[in-house]
Amino acid sequence: MDYFWTFLIGGVICLIGQILIDTTKLTPPRILVIFVVAGALFTGLGLYQPLVELGKNGATVPLPGFGYLLAKGAMDAVREDGFMGALTGGIKNSAAGIAAAITFGYIVALIFTPKSIR
Amino acid sequence: MIKNMVGKQTLCFRNQPEILGTGSVVGVKEGKGPLGECFDVVLEEDIYGEKTWEKAETKMLKEAILLSIKKAGKTKEQINAILSGDLLNQLMSASFSARDLQIPFLGLYGACSTMTESMIVGAVLVDGGYADHVVAAASSHYCTAERQFRMPLEHGNQRPPSAHWTVTGSGSVVIGKTDHPYICCTYGTIGKIVDPGITDTNQMGAAMAPAALDTVITHFSDTGRPLDYYDMILTGDLGHIGKDILLDMMKKQGMDLEKVYNDCGVLIYDREQDTHSGGSGCGCSAVTFSGYIFDKLIKGQLKKILLISTGALMTTTSSQQGNSIPGIAHAIAVEIC
Amino acid sequence: MFSNEKAKSYEQYVSQFTPKPKYFYNAVKAFVIGGLICMAAYYVQSILIEKGMGKGDAGTIVTILLICTAQLLTGFGWFDSIAKFAGGGVIVPITGFANSMVSPAMEFKKEGLVLGAGSKLFTIAGPVLVWGISTSVVIGIIYWLLTK
Repeated sequence: MDYFWTFLIGGVICLIGQILIDTTKLTPPRILVIFVVAGALFTGLGLYQPLVELGKNGATVPLPGFGYLLAKGAMDAVREDGFMGALTGGIKNSAAGIAAAITFGYIVALIFTPKSIR
Repeated sequence: MIKNMVGKQTLCFRNQPEILGTGSVVGVKEGKGPLGECFDVVLEEDIYGEKTWEKAETKMLKEAILLSIKKAGKTKEQINAILSGDLLNQLMSASFSARDLQIPFLGLYGACSTMTESMIVGAVLVDGGYADHVVAAASSHYCTAERQFRMPLEHGNQRPPSAHWTVTGSGSVVIGKTDHPYICCTYGTIGKIVDPGITDTNQMGAAMAPAALDTVITHFSDTGRPLDYYDMILTGDLGHIGKDILLDMMKKQGMDLEKVYNDCGVLIYDREQDTHSGGSGCGCSAVTFSGYIFDKLIKGQLKKILLISTGALMTTTSSQQGNSIPGIAHAIAVEIC
Repeated sequence: MFSNEKAKSYEQYVSQFTPKPKYFYNAVKAFVIGGLICMAAYYVQSILIEKGMGKGDAGTIVTILLICTAQLLTGFGWFDSIAKFAGGGVIVPITGFANSMVSPAMEFKKEGLVLGAGSKLFTIAGPVLVWGISTSVVIGIIYWLLTK
């Protein structure tokens, strides 16, 4: 059953992205920004946590999941450290992913060159 | 006082400046297209043995220019000027190819309309007796244009159905005079900028169609030629969508040109090549004219053609600041005398 | 320039000539492929947890695996073809974010390792981080004010 919900929720979030791509003139960077911010806002409003509990990776793998990670980190840290937590929590909670993406991404960029289209 | 102008915007070349030879160099995808066999050189790789895409485009343009000079039966020393342009900032490919060639150089920017712009200026120089032979050329490269105007090559996204595909190609013509004129430039109509208010950079055909319409109407009214005068009227890179729009708008103006009208961006690729609305870029009309059309003129299969390269004069800055896309179109009439 | 009304009516006129994307087909592809990626992530995560890894760490590892896979596919020049087919299915998951970092960095490394690849790594990822992190800080502060 978990697999079903993961598939459904992950699929629906991607479907929303596809609808944005097809029906609006939003550029790809804007779509990514919208998803991350939406994920963070819904987390702040307490609406995303239930989705994560139900949909597991279906809710955390798409980009709103990144927003969720950031916002949840900030809120959890505020509970522990007070005000400073708001500043440290978000990045701390997503640090591993960001660091990996930067380091590995840079290495890949150095090794490979872009190809023209066949 | 003006002797060599008819109507509002049309220059009349009375001394028969001729097109003596052409050269065309295209990329892999263009070589696989329906016109593939018409081009002088088809690259095996779009990088053309160079380190960067920009250097590849420079080499292509240089190659096309040298080919056109050779096919015109001239030498580099006999060329008085190169008039060329491309899509890159500060005309990188045009300037750097002219640096290597050591021929006097005027860089021209008309976005995708550069080919007819340079041909008109070239015809003026030859017609007015300011030059014996000039080279008029234009170039674009998918990979250089893409990274300047759009997204990186390896960026994953889906292009909308109205998107164009920048042609990888350099086209060049040598304009000069001989005692026995054959293929001559007769009229050149300099276009006005028409901006229909389109802001979506994936709607280039629609942004340029009104400018093309304006130039077509002006050309016919300036020259007083009948609508059925030309064997072929070709726009530069309106693509499938822009072509349909222009045809519809012409029909509304009472001009039925469906039989003779076509678009280089439509001709250069097959529908199966997945370019969506067709080709674009300065190279599009440049290689279609110097590869495909010129050959037909030489063989006598076409006798009178009107080439209208169309350009969208936006910049990345103007688009980001929300400005609409100004369209322009210049027309040149090329005929067998 | 055309007046605003004229521009609007031209845009409408133009739209009748513009083919529409295949909404339904695209939507199905995005849904199925996006869903499958999430399921695969869940599968790997379950295995890691079974092997005794903590839930948080397992989640992080899965995310990193997805990022690295997408970046490698970008390097080999396959990601753009996959994205052309799958659309939102691979752009919306973290894979799209990973691709958006590598692709401009690769493209601009000829302009140098610092101002080329180094800065272009963030042309698209930068705004995402700016907006994401700022939003989380604002949410954290509001949360602090509310729970003080």
